[in-house]
Parts: sequence; structure tokens; C-alpha cells
Amino acid sequence: MTPLLQVKGIEKHYGALIGCKDVSFDLYPGEVMGIVGESGSGKSTLLNCLAGHLETDAGQVIFDTRADGPVDTLQMSEPERRMLGRTDWAFVHQHARDGLRMSVSAGGNIGERLMAVGDRHYGNIRDKAVDWLGRVEIAESRVDDRPTAFSGGMQQRLQIARNLVTGPRLVFMDEPTGGLDVSVQARLLDLLRGLVREMGLSAIIVTHDLAVVRLLADRLMVMKDGHVVEAGLTDQVLDDPQHAYTQLLVSSVLQV
Amino acid sequence: MTEYNFAYLDEQTKRMIRRAILKGLAVPGYQVPFASREMPMPYGWGTGGVQVSAATLTPDDTFKVIDQGADDTTNAVSIRKFFENTAGVAVTEETEKATLIQTRHRIPEAELTEDQILVYQVPIPEPLRFLEPRETETRKMHSLEEYGLMHVKLYEDISQHGDIATAYAYPVMVQDRYVMDPSPIPKFDNPKLEMSAIQLFGAGREQRIYAVPPHTKVVSLDFEDFPFVASKANHPCDLCGAEDSYLDEVILDDAGNRMFVCSDTDFCRSRRAAGHVGRLGTEDAA
Repeated sequence: MTPLLQVKGIEKHYGALIGCKDVSFDLYPGEVMGIVGESGSGKSTLLNCLAGHLETDAGQVIFDTRADGPVDTLQMSEPERRMLGRTDWAFVHQHARDGLRMSVSAGGNIGERLMAVGDRHYGNIRDKAVDWLGRVEIAESRVDDRPTAFSGGMQQRLQIARNLVTGPRLVFMDEPTGGLDVSVQARLLDLLRGLVREMGLSAIIVTHDLAVVRLLADRLMVMKDGHVVEAGLTDQVLDDPQHAYTQLLVSSVLQV
Repeated sequence: MTEYNFAYLDEQTKRMIRRAILKGLAVPGYQVPFASREMPMPYGWGTGGVQVSAATLTPDDTFKVIDQGADDTTNAVSIRKFFENTAGVAVTEETEKATLIQTRHRIPEAELTEDQILVYQVPIPEPLRFLEPRETETRKMHSLEEYGLMHVKLYEDISQHGDIATAYAYPVMVQDRYVMDPSPIPKFDNPKLEMSAIQLFGAGREQRIYAVPPHTKVVSLDFEDFPFVASKANHPCDLCGAEDSYLDEVILDDAGNRMFVCSDTDFCRSRRAAGHVGRLGTEDAA
């Protein structure tokens, strides 16, 4: 089976500082990869490099495109990469405000990607928007409300709906549950897990919350100071951590 | 007359503006940056249009200025006087006789010909501005033809008002390439954008010039199930009886009486001179 995404030797420097270095992995269709590590360990830098938001200094990000098979997205022309970014890829930001248009209604937010790929039928766009609101457990009556009138958890669910409406195959998530209270987190995770299974999504999830990766991720990468210090199956890494830093990370979690 | 160079601006400035105009004509709908000059009038009064007019005027031209269709409003009168003083060109109020027409927010009702130039005053040239505040991003969207966002605005209109409520500055696609703000003309005028005359757009404060050459394809954006409609008040003109012209609503008293009159004063005057009479018109009014 061809991997959906092959990452080879990604490297990013901020001047003399290392953002991330020598990161390589394969991601197969339907697989969820978790990236954990403390603040400043290069998780978000790596994610932004992979998604093409940051320019990398070295490496390849080879994506198995529908039309042409495996292509290095870092070598793609900008229009191609941006097209990929609103069709087969999706990016869920930590802060929903970064990913949503706050002055546009919930329906418009969901419809934007559809209109961006050429949908020009209002009725269809609206039907899909309502359908997706239902899937992320937001009442249909809120379709014309602006995200400013939504709670944090609802905004995050709206952002997810807005990203998944075009049926992407790969989703990048940057701390999707950050800043939400635990019960809302639990529901969001439940929802995400359902959507990932149902749509056969591949996802790369950056988080510092080990509970999130335990629930969602098939495989896990642990980062420290820009390097990957340990990688493997999630349960294996969390239950039998080998690297000293991973052991510290696992033992730091408060057992209630 | 000796105090000013012809048409106020110096020749080097006019050359610079002409280059921007030519580039705009070569790439229809593309916003060409230009070094907008300080003009002896405030921004918002048509400084962009005035600079384009100044660069386009020749001593043989006959100049006409309209403001919301009218020849006799402050803005129109002062710009007309400005060029009378600084260029000494002939001026007229009759659309057919003018070779250069500067307009604010209307296209004349009379069909323009290949011998005429229409200059628009533009407040905000960027159609995507209110949806995407970053200039770097809107330029990228234009260059990559990413115009989905424009439809988000129309979507919002329908979801809030049940119909496309945008009634002026209605976005258009020029020659299947650039989305353009046609300046705040009523959408009734949008179909007229495909015309025989040259159309030039000048935005002074925003320092942009763009153009639509004659016979260029101009399509108003819409949805398949909510097609574009060039709407106007459903009423004939009360002075000249015209059924096909864009109308202004005038409130007559505080008892709810109102009248509708052509916003194009020259069109209305010429119809009345030809003997047409509306509901409130009189035979000898013209």
C-alpha cells in the first residue's frame, strides 16, 4: 500500500535555533498520527511545515494526490498547493478564531470551501451546511448565527465542520482541544473519533495532552528540542516508554 | 489659463497615469497601482476620477460630469468648473455630445459609443476588501483566481435577506479572469458595463486604476438558483414617464407622498423636451 504522506528529513531553523530537525515518517490512509512534546519542542513548527504554512529548509513532504500519485508538495507551485489546502487537506487551528471567519454566519463558514472549489448552487451549499452542522452536533437553527455568538466548544466544532465539508483525506490538527473544559473536550474527542473512523480520514494531531493521543492516535511521535526522541504505536509508547523524556512525560500526568 | 498646465496636472504626472491606464486596458479588470497626486479637493470627492480625466483630456474634448446621474449637483458642478478653468475645454450636459464623461455612481441611460470615454470615481477598488482585510492576501487571491470568498458575501445576503441584497457595487467577473468592483453604481447598470465606450476607473485615495476596454465580457456574479437581477424601483418616471430608466425616490411631504424621477437628469430632460409627460409632469416643464 502506498503511504498517503511520506515525510523525509524535514528541517526548519529559526536563525541559529532549531525549529525541527531530521523528522521522517510515513502516514498510511486511515491512520492517525499523534505528535506530543512540551511547549517549544517544535510540534507546531513541524505541523506548519508539513501543511505548507512555513517554508522548510530541507526535506520532502510527499503526498499521494488523487490525480498524479505521490508528489512532493514542497515543490508544488503555490496555486496547486493552495488548491490542495482547500480540497484534500484540512487544517484545524488551536484557536477556532484563527480558522473561522468571525463576521460570516456558520452556514457561510461551512460553505466557503464548497464555493472555493466551484459550487454555485445556493440550495445545495445550504443543505450541505445544515447537514454538517448536524454532524458536529450544532442545532440547525443556528445556521445563520455568527460564530461570535457560539461557545468555545461550538466554535471548535464549527471549525471542524468547515474543514471536513469538502471530504479531505488528510487533516492537520493543532491542539484541537486546547482551551476547552474537560467535558467539552471529551465530547469533541468522541466526535472527532467518530468522524475519523466514518470518513476514513488520516490525521496528524499535535497536542501536549496525552489523553487526546491515547484516544485518537494509532501511532505516536514524541518530540523534544526539535528532534523526535521516540516513535511507535501509541499504547506501546505510553505504557512502556523507553526514552527518559517520554518516561518523564508519561509520569507527569496526574492520575485521578 | 497661464497659471496652470493644461488640465492642472504636469505632463510627467499625466504620462505616469496614462501608462497605468494603458496597462489597465491591456489587463481588463486588473487594479494597476499608480502614484496618486494630491488634488485640490478632498478624498472621496473623486480625486481618482479627476486624475484619470486630466490625463485623458485633450483640448478638443467635450467634457461632461455626472454625480448619481445628475449634472447639477455640487460634486458634478465643481469638477466641471475645475476643468473649465484649468483646461479650457468645452463642457456639456448632453450625453451624446460629450466625448469624455466623468461619472460618480451611475452609467448614463443613453447608449455610449466608441468615440466616448467613461471615467468612474471609485472609493474602494478592492471587491474582496470587506471580507479579507489583508491587501497581501487579496492580491494573492486575484493572482491565483481564488474567488470563492466573493460568493460567500452573496451567500450571506441570501441567508439573511432571502435574496441577493447587494444593490450597488455589485461584483463582476471581467473577461473570465478578474473579479472587479464596478464602483458603487446600482446593479441596474451592471448589464451596461458591456459597452462600446472605453471605461476607466480611478481610485485616488487607494491609488489604483483599472479599466474595461470596449466590448469586453462582463458578467455579474450570482448563484444558479439565485440568478442576477438588474433591479430598479417598479415605477415609471413621474416627470417624463420613462419605464426603463433608473429612478430616484423623492419624498414630497410628511404625509407619505413621494415621487420617482429619473436619476439621469439629461435623459429625463431630453425626453420631456421630446414631449413625454409623466404622472406629475407638466407640458411646459421642459
